[in-house]
Amino acid sequence: MSDHPPLAQTPLHDVHVRLGAKMVGFAGYDMPIQFEGVMAEHKWTREHCGLFDVSHMGPCLLTLPGGPREDEDAHIEIAKLIETLVPGDIQGLEPGQARLTVLLNEDGGILDDLIITRPYEGDQQGRLYIVVNGATKEDDWALMKEKLGDLADLERLDNRILVALQGPEAEAVVTERFTEAAYLGFMESRRMVCKDLTCIVSRCGYTGEDGFEILVPASGVGHIVELLDDERVKPIGLGARDSLRLEAGLCLYGHDLDPQKTPVEASLTWLISKNRREAADFPGAAKILDQIANGAPIRRVGIQPLDRAPAREGTEIYAGDKKIGEITSGGFGPTVEGPVAMGYVDREFAKTGTELTLMVRGKPRAAKVAKLPFVPHNYKR
Amino acid sequence: MTVKYTEDHEWVSVEGDTATVGITSYAAEQLGDVVFVELPEEGRNSNKGDELAVVESVKAASDVYAPVSGIVKEANSELEGAPETVNQDPEGKAWFVKMLITDPTQLDAMMDADAYKAFCADL
Repeated sequence: MSDHPPLAQTPLHDVHVRLGAKMVGFAGYDMPIQFEGVMAEHKWTREHCGLFDVSHMGPCLLTLPGGPREDEDAHIEIAKLIETLVPGDIQGLEPGQARLTVLLNEDGGILDDLIITRPYEGDQQGRLYIVVNGATKEDDWALMKEKLGDLADLERLDNRILVALQGPEAEAVVTERFTEAAYLGFMESRRMVCKDLTCIVSRCGYTGEDGFEILVPASGVGHIVELLDDERVKPIGLGARDSLRLEAGLCLYGHDLDPQKTPVEASLTWLISKNRREAADFPGAAKILDQIANGAPIRRVGIQPLDRAPAREGTEIYAGDKKIGEITSGGFGPTVEGPVAMGYVDREFAKTGTELTLMVRGKPRAAKVAKLPFVPHNYKR
Repeated sequence: MTVKYTEDHEWVSVEGDTATVGITSYAAEQLGDVVFVELPEEGRNSNKGDELAVVESVKAASDVYAPVSGIVKEANSELEGAPETVNQDPEGKAWFVKMLITDPTQLDAMMDADAYKAFCADL
């Protein structure tokens, strides 16, 4: 007998099974890893529009105890609370603006990466829409409750449908259903109604392509099925989600990011806003600010194997005879048409073009430090 | 010429003292898009069950085990430049290695085509 609890199901579970998806356990959920095949799904997303079920993730609302208000002060109040846990400028968010940030521990280690959105609507101030990772959501929410206590109410929304529509045709597909989505730029979000369902539509994603993430009430399964009838849209599994984000140079929590790594080591220094550096008021600020000033001992970099062999997570990286790091994500990039990877190396080997050796199954293979992303981002600025 | 199959989804085509080894259509289908094949060098002496080759899909790397003990006579170097052949013609052009069989009695325990078909149907 397994010690693991039974896998949870998203509202779209039966749809995946009916479509013939190959299912696997992921973040405690029974999720589709592929439909017609990773390669085809990856390419479809880069050329058309891929639909991803990401309902296993952790969307939630963090709201001041009296409920949402209409005044600007309410936003500052709730932003100050979450800023005790993250190094991003949340107070400075415009209405409807979203920002990627990280939850930090007291040593400046990354507990999760998350997107925090200030609601666009004037009567929804004093509230933040937050999406955390599926595998970490219980811990993240426990931490928020522990640190914020009665100062804010946390409402989890992970019983709903969260889908991502990604690719160059996502804009046409989404704006035909949500007219106002045309007004959204990259990392902007609004509440919108489609067929009597109130949704949160955000222009963001995890593929490097233009696209949207949409939070839909669980009763909207039928509408998602209809969306799949659109000839521009195909369902995409976790396999292609991983190869797409790797080509886009985006981190996967638990692999490229973990509590032992700081944002500076993770090459995510840009997440630490200027005013927060000056205030030095986030967890682990002393260590992180020292690393910004003096450099971190290790750095996350892109790694380009120079032959055809993929280098997977855990592959050791050498410079000459010296081990200088490890691959944290690696595989085959269908758009690059070759192997791609990222990993951490000692700081003196982090420069683009540095020659490295990867030990793949005991065999040395040549590689070099590569600029990220491997495939240019195609965001709507 | 006889063709035998293993529970690890390899096929072994025997002609005289030489076994040609590959992975079955079932295995290729399960792996998905093959993007890389690592083959053994000629002359390698393998015992039955040793790692013989590695086949990588977009998702993961999988080992191919030596179905019989023997010496590698030839590896199919065409697969290095065209790994997708493993998906297109797994039981034909995409053979992995030819081996000189050192213990032919090991073949006796393997499945024939009908037994292998039944084996897959039960999976």
